Amino acid sequence: MGFFIETLIGGLMAGMLYSLVALGFVLIFKASGVFNFAQGAMVLFAALAMARFAVWIPAALDIGNPVLGTGLAFFAAAVLMFVVAWLIERLVLRHLVNQEGATLLMATLGIAYVLEGLGTSLFGSDIYKIDVGMPKDPVMILEGTFEGGLLINKEDFVAALIAAVLVGLLALFFQKTSTGRALRAVADDHQAAQSIGIPLNRIWVIVWSVAGVVALVAGVIWGSKLGVQFSLATVALRGLPVVILGGLTSIPGAIIGGLIIGVGEKLSEVYLGPMIGGGIEIWFAYQLALLFLLFRPQGLFGEKIIDRV
Amino acid sequence: MLYRENGQFKTSYAADQQIFPIAQDRWAMLGLLLFAFVGVPLLVDEYLFRAILIPFLILSLAALGVNILVGFCGQITLGAGAFMAVGAYAAYNFHIRIAGMPLLGSFLLGGLTAAVVGIFFGIPSLRVRGLYLAVATLAAQFFTDWVFLRVPWFTNNASSGSVSVSNLQIMHWQIVTPVDKYLFCLSFVTVFALLAKNMTRCAVGRQWMAIRDMDVAAEVIGIRPLFAKLSAFAVSSFFVGTAGALWGFIHLSSWEPAAFSVDRSFQLLFMVIIGGLGSIMGSFFGAAFIVILPIALNQFLPALGSVFGISISTAGVSHAELIIFGGLIIFFLIKEPHGLARLWSTGKEKLRLWPFPH
Amino acid sequence: MSRQIGDVILDLQQVSLSFGGVKALNDISFDVREHEIRAIIGPNGAGKSSMLNVINGVYRPQEGEIILRGQRCTRMNPYQAARAGISRTFQNIALFKGMNVIDNLLSGRNLKMRSNLIQQAIWWGPARREELAHRAKVEEVIDFLEIQHIRKTPVGRLPYGLQKRVDLGRALAMEPSILLLDEPMAGMNVEEKQDMCRFILDVNDQFGTTIVLIEHDMAVVMDISDRVVVLDYGRKIGDGSPDEVRANPEVISAYLGASH
Repeated sequence: MGFFIETLIGGLMAGMLYSLVALGFVLIFKASGVFNFAQGAMVLFAALAMARFAVWIPAALDIGNPVLGTGLAFFAAAVLMFVVAWLIERLVLRHLVNQEGATLLMATLGIAYVLEGLGTSLFGSDIYKIDVGMPKDPVMILEGTFEGGLLINKEDFVAALIAAVLVGLLALFFQKTSTGRALRAVADDHQAAQSIGIPLNRIWVIVWSVAGVVALVAGVIWGSKLGVQFSLATVALRGLPVVILGGLTSIPGAIIGGLIIGVGEKLSEVYLGPMIGGGIEIWFAYQLALLFLLFRPQGLFGEKIIDRV
Repeated sequence: MLYRENGQFKTSYAADQQIFPIAQDRWAMLGLLLFAFVGVPLLVDEYLFRAILIPFLILSLAALGVNILVGFCGQITLGAGAFMAVGAYAAYNFHIRIAGMPLLGSFLLGGLTAAVVGIFFGIPSLRVRGLYLAVATLAAQFFTDWVFLRVPWFTNNASSGSVSVSNLQIMHWQIVTPVDKYLFCLSFVTVFALLAKNMTRCAVGRQWMAIRDMDVAAEVIGIRPLFAKLSAFAVSSFFVGTAGALWGFIHLSSWEPAAFSVDRSFQLLFMVIIGGLGSIMGSFFGAAFIVILPIALNQFLPALGSVFGISISTAGVSHAELIIFGGLIIFFLIKEPHGLARLWSTGKEKLRLWPFPH
Repeated sequence: MSRQIGDVILDLQQVSLSFGGVKALNDISFDVREHEIRAIIGPNGAGKSSMLNVINGVYRPQEGEIILRGQRCTRMNPYQAARAGISRTFQNIALFKGMNVIDNLLSGRNLKMRSNLIQQAIWWGPARREELAHRAKVEEVIDFLEIQHIRKTPVGRLPYGLQKRVDLGRALAMEPSILLLDEPMAGMNVEEKQDMCRFILDVNDQFGTTIVLIEHDMAVVMDISDRVVVLDYGRKIGDGSPDEVRANPEVISAYLGASH
């Protein structure tokens, strides 16, 4: 029983990381109606920036204090993501206003490639470490209730906490602020939003910057856990089933979807895997998403997709 | 002046509906085919066959398939690699498990298997479209990745996980040298391109395009979305599967599932976007572009760099390739969504008027 | 007019249609006789387009019956409606923008084509003969609508009025027994309207096609229709010959009002 709970908790926390990535997808889709295939590349780009800045900035400014160094590196990486967002708006989005979804999707694929190439040429393609002081050691909890206690990874726990806080802040932002409202208007209809005076360009820069910062947080957490390497970019492909399950327009959906996928993957790998031959993780999430697509395409919390005649 | 339709009057609908109604086009095509079948084998060296021409031909076939689905029928797919894999492994199994199975038979059966699987994974297209359909095709991609890796029957229980074929022959023609391989692929591609062109000109092609352009209206005028979409998936997968079999048997000779990964799917999609959605010729343009680009960059970039005094490593070239790739996709989507094929036909329009500007 | 107006071919009984909480059509009953031109008029938002959509199966009514040639067809989908001989044009021209005029018209012939995929791929006998035969048929429609000069033009490039004509052509290519026209003259100038009227009358005259027509231009409606149905806020408020409807006080107050 203890083992099951352990696997469950491990899955929940892995799921939290997926949710972070999915969050970026949902933000951009909610606010600009575009599915951002480049989210994974943004995570990689941000993580690379963070990893290198954490080395370059203290060296350049001769800072001894690691906290200050890391903090400055984070700030610099966030600024960089803002610049990236601005460039994306200027060079790509502006020219594709009101094009159909498929075109925009393929444009974001192009952006993904550019970011990957740019990231690795600017920052190098070795495996870098990110050290933000996350606790690395596992800890035993609930030794009284379960025999031997449950082995929890402290790092995953902290990551899950950060993700939860981030989600809460973003949900508040969308619901309560006027900018949040404007973002939702833009997602509905670009031209209509423009015609009531919402500055489309500025909105897009804001949204992509926020998504960029979310990507940065996700990149730091993943990078701290796994090291910054190319497979981070395929993170986008891991995040897709999450948004299908949760609903492309729902922030809480990204979280719940992430948790379900995380748990599902872990459980299926442990319990189902040995029966049909391992390595199920790769496609389990996608088959789950496929089922949803056939029976409930809008996901658990998304808005119903209406086709206008 | 040279490229004019003057004096070419069509006196029957049959003449009007030829593939190349303008005589100059017909001659040009004939010349091209003659050159391809006879001239190229005489002029080109082995490296070019292996590095450029054979991959170009096979990937053009795959791109044709993807174009039928994405460009003509408007159903987005990110799982084309999976169907190449199905075609390759099916052909492999037919080839080794059935004694005396002719090579062409294995290929066609491989393609048919891919078509059946394609119909199955095309079912979500009846419910969803766009991004959601893309996810469904990705589900197919990842599932087949796993199946061919983990289920030993498909690889004939090979311990290494990879399969290989050898000693390919059709009747008494041994397909061994690069020239043999080239001619074999060229024949396949020519026949399939003709089939594709015919289908897109006829009723089934119009059904596909109607579904792409406005599927509600299509149903109202009597086109069944189910038949149109699933037939698009079937035909597309048939083409892609056959290309997969060719890729494995002829180009690679020995392969593992990674040869047909999601990267391949993306590559095919890009070929179709850059080449031109909804255009047979565009599939060829796109394939040529994507095959030649890395090679060209590899030769060209370091030289360009040294002009500016920057040395560019091979890693640097592959990074630059990604940037240029992505940049080109964005460029085409913004400036010329109909790809190189549109540039080509615009060029021909201008040529018709030449030497007058308009 | 020299046609013989026949029996009831389409009968709508107590049809009601709602979207969520909004009732678009409320207990509507009327019939359409064979070979006649039946107009549906009413202010904007009265439910006229919804009515057409119900007739050809795009929307399924929550209540009521649709009887086509004596058969109950309430649960029809658009494909079945097309097979039953109903074709239509759209208010917002639903042409296939990626194809040229000939291909758009040929797509209307789809129901009549029998050759299969393989035959078409090889361009063999039956496929080839069929393709050319239908091309000949489509050219008749092109001649009828006087659009020969634009037959190879991609429809996206055509001016609005010509697109409307091609939309009509595609519906005609289906050789329908009932033709539903959704504001075929919207946005046209006087000349274009006259041409369109002429085409509609010719279709009714030469081919005997029953026509159900939504139109805002009162002069046109009064001139060419045999009978008129008036809708307002989803309810039927008038039904009869143009003169009867014109004199109906409820119709006048709801719609015709002052000058027009």
